[in-house]
Amino acid sequence: MKKTNEKFDLLSNNAVKSVVSSLLCIVGGIFVGFIVLLLLAIFTPEIPISDAFKGLTIILGGPFASGKGGDVMFMIGEMLFEATPLLLTGLSVAIAFKTGLFNIGAPGQYLMGTMTSIVVALSVKSTGAGGILVWLLAFLAGTLSGVIWGAIPGIFKAIFGVNEVIVCIMTNWISANIVSWVFKQNGQFINSAGGKSAYTLKTFTNNVQTPKLGLDKLFTGSNIDIGIFIAVLVAVAMYILMNKTTFGYELKACGSNREGARYAGMSAKRNIILSMAIAGGLSAMGAALCYLNGNIEFAWDTYSRLPDVGFNGIPAALLANNNSLGVILSSVFLRYIDKGGFNLAGYTMYNEYVCDLIIAVIIYFAGFAKLIQMLLGGKKKDFKKIPDKPIIIPAEKENTAKEGDKQ
Amino acid sequence: MTFLIQQTLVCTIPLLIVAMAGMFAERSGIINIALDGIMIMGAFCGALATYFCQQNGLFGGSGQLVYIFAMLIAAISGAIFSLLLSFSAINLKADQTIGGTALNLLAPALALFIIKIFFMQDKLVMPKETKFVILNNDLPEFLKAFLSRAYISTFIVIALYIVLSILLYKTRFGLRLRACGEHPQAADSVGINVHRMRYIGTTISGALAGLGGYIYIATQAGGTASGSVAGMGFLALAIMIFGNWKPVGIAFGSLLFGLLRCIGYAYNSLDINGDGVFALKDLGLPNYFYNIIPYVAVLVVLMFTSKKSRAPKAEGIPYDKGAR
Repeated sequence: MKKTNEKFDLLSNNAVKSVVSSLLCIVGGIFVGFIVLLLLAIFTPEIPISDAFKGLTIILGGPFASGKGGDVMFMIGEMLFEATPLLLTGLSVAIAFKTGLFNIGAPGQYLMGTMTSIVVALSVKSTGAGGILVWLLAFLAGTLSGVIWGAIPGIFKAIFGVNEVIVCIMTNWISANIVSWVFKQNGQFINSAGGKSAYTLKTFTNNVQTPKLGLDKLFTGSNIDIGIFIAVLVAVAMYILMNKTTFGYELKACGSNREGARYAGMSAKRNIILSMAIAGGLSAMGAALCYLNGNIEFAWDTYSRLPDVGFNGIPAALLANNNSLGVILSSVFLRYIDKGGFNLAGYTMYNEYVCDLIIAVIIYFAGFAKLIQMLLGGKKKDFKKIPDKPIIIPAEKENTAKEGDKQ
Repeated sequence: MTFLIQQTLVCTIPLLIVAMAGMFAERSGIINIALDGIMIMGAFCGALATYFCQQNGLFGGSGQLVYIFAMLIAAISGAIFSLLLSFSAINLKADQTIGGTALNLLAPALALFIIKIFFMQDKLVMPKETKFVILNNDLPEFLKAFLSRAYISTFIVIALYIVLSILLYKTRFGLRLRACGEHPQAADSVGINVHRMRYIGTTISGALAGLGGYIYIATQAGGTASGSVAGMGFLALAIMIFGNWKPVGIAFGSLLFGLLRCIGYAYNSLDINGDGVFALKDLGLPNYFYNIIPYVAVLVVLMFTSKKSRAPKAEGIPYDKGAR
């Protein structure tokens, strides 16, 4: 009895420690960002020193920095809308990380979701109230395309033993070209009004758009819709899947010790493929929620560049220590800082890239999360191991086998 | 044909040197996923050096000397930048994937931040007058392919490739470096300083990646440093895995990839046997098709060869003296 209590305390303690260490990383990152601002102000005659302090306030203020009520509401709305796809790509990376896989393929999965959802949303004719049905169809089709695309690296890893990082990188560029190709061949999806042809049609032209439930009235002028709530619900569902179900336990066991999991009777191959498929589906769902908003254009000739939001899923996941609920906070935080950067460029001599710099430093510090947690106190043994690259350490075989038995 | 060989070399060289960079880090036991970021840093610093030289008329306006100087600066900056990764991975035993990702985010942020503050734009374009090409047209057709219109960096990289391969396989230093990537405890037990070897491996890796980044923007990206190298670092990482962490495999992989990529750029004007028939253009396939080929080819080859693939055993694991 006493033992279980102790265990419970430790768990909550670890969760607290992990949150505190993330916060310390954030403070450290912002501090370094401030030092950079200050150094530049000191060594560049054009920038007054007071700008450094002003800059810090603006970054910390995020969307609130503009001060005017209407602007603030607009920026908060945009922040939440932009956090939606980031939340899902972050989840995608986090789920794969938990299974010991590095899903650097989120941009490709995101592109496949973009293409499929736009094509379905524009080609199935909606009449009147049918719009929501088409929306649902496009949403599901988009997600499914990501599931299939994400499963490819999983299959390569499970069956042929190819490193998933290399397959993800290859499939990213393959999908970028496929997407461009499909839109090039199907001119009916492209907005050719006014002699332009760089963007696809907005899906509201076919009466397909995510319900707004009055959010657009609250956050005037912004694109916000109920997508953010859907994304949060998915994050909660993923948390339950990973932490409260047998399947989630198997995925995590595969991540921390593949051989051990196999020894305990779990199919590592099946779990790798399923984990990547889920990860792919999540990324693609993010794309669907972004473009099915109705008012968003897609620059279709994308063969030479991959969407940033896919790669940014990696910092979102790392900052949250791969915790599904944490990703909700980390993705909103990343967008919060981003809005601060946008304001920074407007009000000072600095530019928005200083926020990217801060995020990079935060992630750099997040690499020491374990060390920070150790410094915060507690026994070395208790730290949750973050599965990095799947590395098989035969010496640990016995431990995980025992864990598997407990189930 | 001549044209194809020239262009293939241009496409191959940055991949080759950056894949070698990745190999040096990983053979010493550090996963260097930051290749892309280090390339961006090298490209930025190299471009800055070129800009500086041109503004101040250093090296008597000699393009070749400026180019070599900028390559040196790029390599040094890459090496210094990679110390951030070494410090977190070796001294603080941090997760190497996270450290690398942080560097990948840091490099474009830093480069763009500085470029935008001092140049008021999102990219730094090196002045166009710089002629980096050796021109010599009085050569037989075969030699012409390699020597005329070739960049001096091509020869430097090929020389480096040979030297580094020998260094890794034929010297005591190379053996020690590889030991640290395979079984650091064993290496330590015979008196090799594992931390030091890993620092050296990652620093060499940083220098090579920085150099590769600058060569990439100077030869392929129109001399523009813009906080991106079009994912070349990740491609090089893929080629290193494709090449099985060995110089010969890497050379084969980057040549194959360079050739296929080059066909993708130039298929419209490609006339292989010089009879005035543009065979690939006549097929009427869009450029997207040719762009996909190199990636699919790598996947197909990997599908059949991956069983033999073997990563350094201890890569990614921080060295812990007490571990069994």
